[in-house]
Amino acid sequence: MNKIKSLDDLRKMKQNLEHEMNIREKSNEPESLVQIRVAMATCGIASGARTVMNTLVEKIEKDKIPAVVTQGGCMGYCYAEPTIEVKVPGKDPVVFGNVDSQRAIDILEKYVVNGELLEGIIPTNYQTINEKK
Amino acid sequence: MAQFKMHLLVCGGTGCRASQSEIIVENLKSEIKNLGLENDAQVVITGCFGFCEKGPIVKIVPDNTFYTQVKPEDCAEIVREHILKGRKVKRLLYEDPETQKHIEDSKHMNFYQKQIRIALRNCGFIDPENIDEYIARDGYAALGNIITGMSPQEAIDIMKKSGLRGRGGGGFPTGIKWEIASKNKADQKYVVCNADEGDPGAFMDRSILEGDPHSVIEAMAICGYCIGATKGIVYIRAEYPLAIKRLKIAARQSRAYGLLGQDILGSGFSFDIELRYGAGAFVCGEETALIKSMEGLRGEPTVKPPFPAEKGYLGKPTNVNNVETFANVPAIFLKGAEWFSSIGTAKSKGTKVFALAGKINNVGLIEVPMGITLREVIFEIGGGIKDGKKFKAVQTGGPSGGCLTEKHLDTPIDFDNLIAAGSMMGSGGMIVMDEDDCMVSVAKFYLEFTVEESCGKCAPCRIGNKRLHEILEKICSGKGVEADIDYLKNLSRVIKDTALCGLGQTSPNPVLSTIECGACYEKCKFTAIHVQ
Ligand SMILES: Cc1cc2nc3c(=O)[nH]c(=O)nc-3n(C[C@H](O)[C@H](O)[C@H](O)COP(=O)(O)O)c2cc1C
Ligand code: SF4
Ligand code: SF4
Ligand code: FES
Repeated sequence: MNKIKSLDDLRKMKQNLEHEMNIREKSNEPESLVQIRVAMATCGIASGARTVMNTLVEKIEKDKIPAVVTQGGCMGYCYAEPTIEVKVPGKDPVVFGNVDSQRAIDILEKYVVNGELLEGIIPTNYQTINEKK
Repeated sequence: MAQFKMHLLVCGGTGCRASQSEIIVENLKSEIKNLGLENDAQVVITGCFGFCEKGPIVKIVPDNTFYTQVKPEDCAEIVREHILKGRKVKRLLYEDPETQKHIEDSKHMNFYQKQIRIALRNCGFIDPENIDEYIARDGYAALGNIITGMSPQEAIDIMKKSGLRGRGGGGFPTGIKWEIASKNKADQKYVVCNADEGDPGAFMDRSILEGDPHSVIEAMAICGYCIGATKGIVYIRAEYPLAIKRLKIAARQSRAYGLLGQDILGSGFSFDIELRYGAGAFVCGEETALIKSMEGLRGEPTVKPPFPAEKGYLGKPTNVNNVETFANVPAIFLKGAEWFSSIGTAKSKGTKVFALAGKINNVGLIEVPMGITLREVIFEIGGGIKDGKKFKAVQTGGPSGGCLTEKHLDTPIDFDNLIAAGSMMGSGGMIVMDEDDCMVSVAKFYLEFTVEESCGKCAPCRIGNKRLHEILEKICSGKGVEADIDYLKNLSRVIKDTALCGLGQTSPNPVLSTIECGACYEKCKFTAIHVQ
């Protein structure tokens, strides 16, 4: 361990360290963030959900997008895996199907950051998996 | 570097460690490795979540899944189901005592909804043995800002403005205490952290030290700068081995980073701490007795004045604060005095940590804003009385406090209201009693405790408490007479007025409050006497 010599050094150190805590910080106030859930059931994983999740997490971290990614079980859209559910605060959640890494980035850049509408939303008279029980 | 997608926070507090949380950590790690998920999920050992009775606790973020009573053999399932496939392990989720429903995440648990965590902000959140996690949450930034950019008086003024009052029982305004110590001139001064925590059933200070030792160290250094002290001493009871271990690790790490020691952050300010161990005598938590004990003398209280701020450890000005008091300090400087004083009541600002125990569904450690009502604490956070029984009373303030009943349920909890209601804030014990509990027995329990713990230096406490106890014995064995009540009252008054230290001055409170509450009717020889 090297000594921290000044307040500036301490601040820099904090900046370097804080991203490791980000997931925990975000879990403190999930309601104020864009919540993205990746379906991670066997079929999702088989069709590449894990790669999509990695892409999302890395992009969010890199661009400091106020979003948090969790994984969920099967959402029941096996024909369209990998699927992700995106819940922007104050809006109804939407589900995107057939998401690969490129589309994941598109969704983040266009839908999440810019609020543009995108193709590939799975139409539902919507219920989240939680409400379905 | 790899970006973790999930953190598995495993409670490493004393409670959960006693039920094998260390093995749980090992099992989780090895299963994660087996499945090749090392780059996805990280296992972190944290301090107490406050939910010790249902421990060991494993919390998974960012989805805030809260697993209770996890066993080592459950770990493989957690990793395979939740971490790999995103399916929560239902049977381990917390079950709401009222609805019997499994709650998916801690944000929806009544236990946490009304809590505001300031002193406990890092408990159950960071790894207490890793200073980097503390720094990542702005740790030592308050100290850094103060010693490089503020005069001691400016910092003291912020403390005064925040309205923080001591959490060790007395409720003395912390900023004023610091100001007095800063004005007393001396070649050496001391900052003492009182981690003696002797109240039966109390474990808030232990949890803070185990879960977030750096916040206390940082606050002691801030206090040192404010009052002009370069030495800090933590007086901690030897029965707290884990807290001691974590404090030592924390101090070592701070020293390695130069956050303790000479010329901290190039500011010219130097400060370091050492530990002293108490043998577990309740009276040694009283500040003058504590100082005697640190000097190697018998732990007996002395007359105040002189107060420690004038003549304390080794005759030098000494500022004594409680662990929880200190834990609030860095947060106040980071977020501002206005923020802090916006929480709470007119004369009691901020939050208080309570250890909720007794006949209540959710037993545990909670931090709530001052001004919350007992009803909210007991029936919402606490989930109501066990087994659907009726509420009778709640004991607050431990051996110095008393019982509050039905009629106090809607009183906002703060220092002054509790005293007006015949009890005390004390260090934060809260024992809930149901219709079957006997309040005289509780009063007797505390009196037995004070009789045992009285240092014997002064007669009212040494002899008076014993007499009080004998009369309670007599009443409980059915031989009480009407006159006993008056005798109890008079003797109590005398003890309170004449005892030398806080122990004796408050020891009759449990008895007095029981006489006055009149909450018990049937079977009760005690109230039977004064109802007649
Ligand atoms: C019998 C007795 C026991 C006490 N025990 C403790 C204790 O365990 N921890 C503590 O912080 N204060 C205890 N106190 C209060 C201390 O004397 C002192 O007021 C306190 O440490 C000051 O810190 P604060 O202003 O931050 O509350 C006790 C007081 C008495 C009379
Ligand atoms: S009041 Fe009790 S504990 Fe305090 S000095 Fe007197 S005898 Fe000792
Ligand atoms: S009435 Fe008296 S003896 Fe009966 S339970 Fe109440 S306090 Fe105890
Ligand atoms: S010790 Fe684990 S929750 Fe308190």
